[in-house]
Amino acid sequence: MSEENLNICELTKQDFKVTNPVKWCAGCGGHSVLSTVQNALPETLVKKENIVFVSGIGCSSRFPYYINTYGVHGMHGRAAPIASGIKVANPNLSVWVVTGDGDMLAIGGNHFIHILRRNINVNILLFNNKIYGLTKGQYSPTTPLGSVTKTSPEGTIENPFKPGELAMGAQGTFFARVVDTEPKMMREVFKKAAEHKGTSTVEILQNCIIFANEVHKEITGKEVRKEHQIYLKHGEPMLYGENNDKGLILVKGRLKSVTVGMDGYTMDDILVHDVMDPDDTVHYMLARMSLPELPVAMGVIRAWETGVFESMLTDQVEHAKKNTKITNVNELLRSGNTFQVD
Amino acid sequence: MAKNAKVIELDEVVVKFAGDSGDGMQLTGSQFSDTSAFIGNDLSTFPDYPSEIRAPGGTIAGVSGFQVHIGQKEVHSPGDQADVLVAMNPAALKANMRWIKDGATIIIDIDNFDNKHYKKAGYVEDPLGDGSLEGYNVVKAPITHLTRSTVKEFGLDIKTADKTKNQFVAGLLYWLFNRDIKIGENFLKRKFKNKQMLVDANIKVLREGYNYAETIEAMTTTFMVNPAKKKKGLFRNITGNQATAWGLIAASERSGRPLFLGSYPITPATEILQELASRKHLGVKTFQAEDEIAGISAAIGASYAGHLAATSTSGPGLALKGESIGLAVMTELPLVIINVQRGGPSTGLPTKTEQADLMQALYGRSGESPVVVMAASTPADCFHYTYMAAKIAIEHMTPVILLTDGYLANGSELWHIPDVNDLPDIKVPYVKENDPDYKPYYRDPESLARFWAMPGQEGLRHKVGGLEKEDISGDISHDPLNHHVMVELREAKVEKVVDYIPELEILGKNDADLLVIGWGGSYGTLLTAVEELQEEGVSLSLAHFNYIRPLPKNTADVLKGFKKRVVCEQNLGQFADYITMKHPQFEYQRFNKVQGLPFMISELKLKFKELLEEI
Repeated sequence: MSEENLNICELTKQDFKVTNPVKWCAGCGGHSVLSTVQNALPETLVKKENIVFVSGIGCSSRFPYYINTYGVHGMHGRAAPIASGIKVANPNLSVWVVTGDGDMLAIGGNHFIHILRRNINVNILLFNNKIYGLTKGQYSPTTPLGSVTKTSPEGTIENPFKPGELAMGAQGTFFARVVDTEPKMMREVFKKAAEHKGTSTVEILQNCIIFANEVHKEITGKEVRKEHQIYLKHGEPMLYGENNDKGLILVKGRLKSVTVGMDGYTMDDILVHDVMDPDDTVHYMLARMSLPELPVAMGVIRAWETGVFESMLTDQVEHAKKNTKITNVNELLRSGNTFQVD
Repeated sequence: MAKNAKVIELDEVVVKFAGDSGDGMQLTGSQFSDTSAFIGNDLSTFPDYPSEIRAPGGTIAGVSGFQVHIGQKEVHSPGDQADVLVAMNPAALKANMRWIKDGATIIIDIDNFDNKHYKKAGYVEDPLGDGSLEGYNVVKAPITHLTRSTVKEFGLDIKTADKTKNQFVAGLLYWLFNRDIKIGENFLKRKFKNKQMLVDANIKVLREGYNYAETIEAMTTTFMVNPAKKKKGLFRNITGNQATAWGLIAASERSGRPLFLGSYPITPATEILQELASRKHLGVKTFQAEDEIAGISAAIGASYAGHLAATSTSGPGLALKGESIGLAVMTELPLVIINVQRGGPSTGLPTKTEQADLMQALYGRSGESPVVVMAASTPADCFHYTYMAAKIAIEHMTPVILLTDGYLANGSELWHIPDVNDLPDIKVPYVKENDPDYKPYYRDPESLARFWAMPGQEGLRHKVGGLEKEDISGDISHDPLNHHVMVELREAKVEKVVDYIPELEILGKNDADLLVIGWGGSYGTLLTAVEELQEEGVSLSLAHFNYIRPLPKNTADVLKGFKKRVVCEQNLGQFADYITMKHPQFEYQRFNKVQGLPFMISELKLKFKELLEEI
């Protein structure tokens, strides 16, 4: 089956719903992510038989049970290699990984960097709620320094990861960030992640209502979000703020927030977002922006297309098939040094 | 041939090549093996190399060896001790003195037998002068010196020139065994294809070695090992790892399911990954993962996607894969897990052989986690048992662990090449698209295997996962009774495999005084020891296991007919414990060896005689 043949389906959200109950807590950020994925999938035009959701262990990793596609609920941390095996075996499938900050950045950290390095064409939805939810409230690799949790009664003494920094460091070709309370943003970004050829990582700032409620409040709160977030779009100037008059400029190799019309800054000074820049220097700076000096970047931060592992492997296989005299196992067994004994 | 050299015909002969890691002894060994196979000898080989790539030259730690056993009769092992030893330096001599027969021929490179080398090898006295070689036929050849002068005209640097020394040795051996030197020359032409200067240089050295042997008359006797009489047909020399890799490709071709190997390099299993990586022309996909866990996880993914999926590893890697094997048990997906056993625990003896992963293979996972466990028994039959492991995995929708070991993996023997079309069929438990009755845990009533629906197939969307599933529907279930049912079903499915495997054979009478029991890679030595004693009229038989879980149906019938039973294995008695648990009505003696080395035929014979004297 060619990739074009996949694109034949007109489906609706209803097609991706399941009859079994969704067992996340009421108020969990996961519900809106699920609903948005179910909305976005029809827009990818892929037959639901050609979609596989793969997960590890954790609250978010129950996701495959809640969506009407093929699915594998794997082992803690191992969603990336399981998904790699599926995609490499059958590149015609649309493969999604649903994972969390513990699953992908702690126990699965090694697999995360290696799937990015290989650039296997799967889409990773990384639910970052900065806490272990399923095991009931221990700190995770993204928990802010000093946080009091069940396993850090005096506060954590470990520096948190920023998923975007890891993604860039591992040569990830697509990185985006979204907020679980903004379905429109999620839908736009999920679709772009699906379109990207290569490993797409979408960090979802997701709220755990039980163990880390409002952990993202400073970024996502209704009153502050316009001032504290910048929704980056390819080809557009990097503007944000209540009046959309704040913008990002580059000064002495660092990003700086300025107000257009003040201190002599004009629109010409404001950076224009280029997701496709092969050089990831600016993407890296955008991904690691943090409050209070700078807004937190949302949307697609990097989307550079380059070689995809499974396509290159398929090419090698096809090339080898064309250039061999050994075309079946009987010929293989009789190749090289053999000895006829009469 | 020297006019006065006497030719002795031999049934079999063992040659050991030993030198520094860089001396090319493995190549000379292969060349000698190929030549022997070409003229129709049966053979078995075993390389013995250090875990360091280039340990300090001239030291015991750096000695690399290659043993070849050739015969006019059938040969089942590389042999206990050598008739001919080639020692390129004093360390090679010192390391091998206890592995040669009394009166053996020892060929040394005299150029390396000096005080500097004695010191490196840890010799206090000059071994050539202290009487320790009395009774041996020592041939002192100036190999380094003569090789360098032979290749002088080619203008090679010293390092490259010295790399042709092994051909001098080969030349000596061709003369000693009355072999046609043309066969050796053809080997070199293939080996150094497109490098004409190396072909010319090596051939010149080979001839020089041959002529030297003829001229010096130091070897007053030459040997002749005539072609083996029993075997006819097309043969090749094959190692266990190569046979394992090819068994997977054959199973892929016959089942129609493309092959995927997810693996991580680990001694002594790496050649399986390497071999399959070079077989893309047969559609093979290999995935060198970031670790052992990712290797098997990717294989599980590929299996879910409908491929014949396999992972290859050695003991410590199997430990890392334990949780993932549990997932394959739970999801009931076909998966072939090749474990090339080495000395353990931990890093242990990476380049040495052992059989101590049996219990790990049987039980090394959380929960009730049954898998089929099999073991190959010779380098060549790794092909057959890998093929059967894949067949069982697919037909019974289960992970299968195949145990080989370092001895099988690196050893080689002559293999009668089969026709792939004669191999047993592999019936894939497919589901038709849009089958309205499809449920993930519907089972075949005979085998209890579930069916294999693959992503991309319409109307068969389903989930698999590590959480316990409801019988038939495959929904998540925490119901206590359902869990019990599913645990029993998974167990019963694996036990049912007994109906699909061959019965255990007895080699010898079924009512002898002693039954020798073995499993896996010790077959060659056990068989040789048993056959040799049988020829002496000793009352004993051999039962060798390739199917371990489940055990063959007739196991108890086989075991009951003997006065005594002895389980021989290269561990502290794991199979003895297992069979005692499964068949507690019998008593078992044990013979264990955990030295990183295969059994010696002589020590087995001694043990069996001892046991028989006590009857």
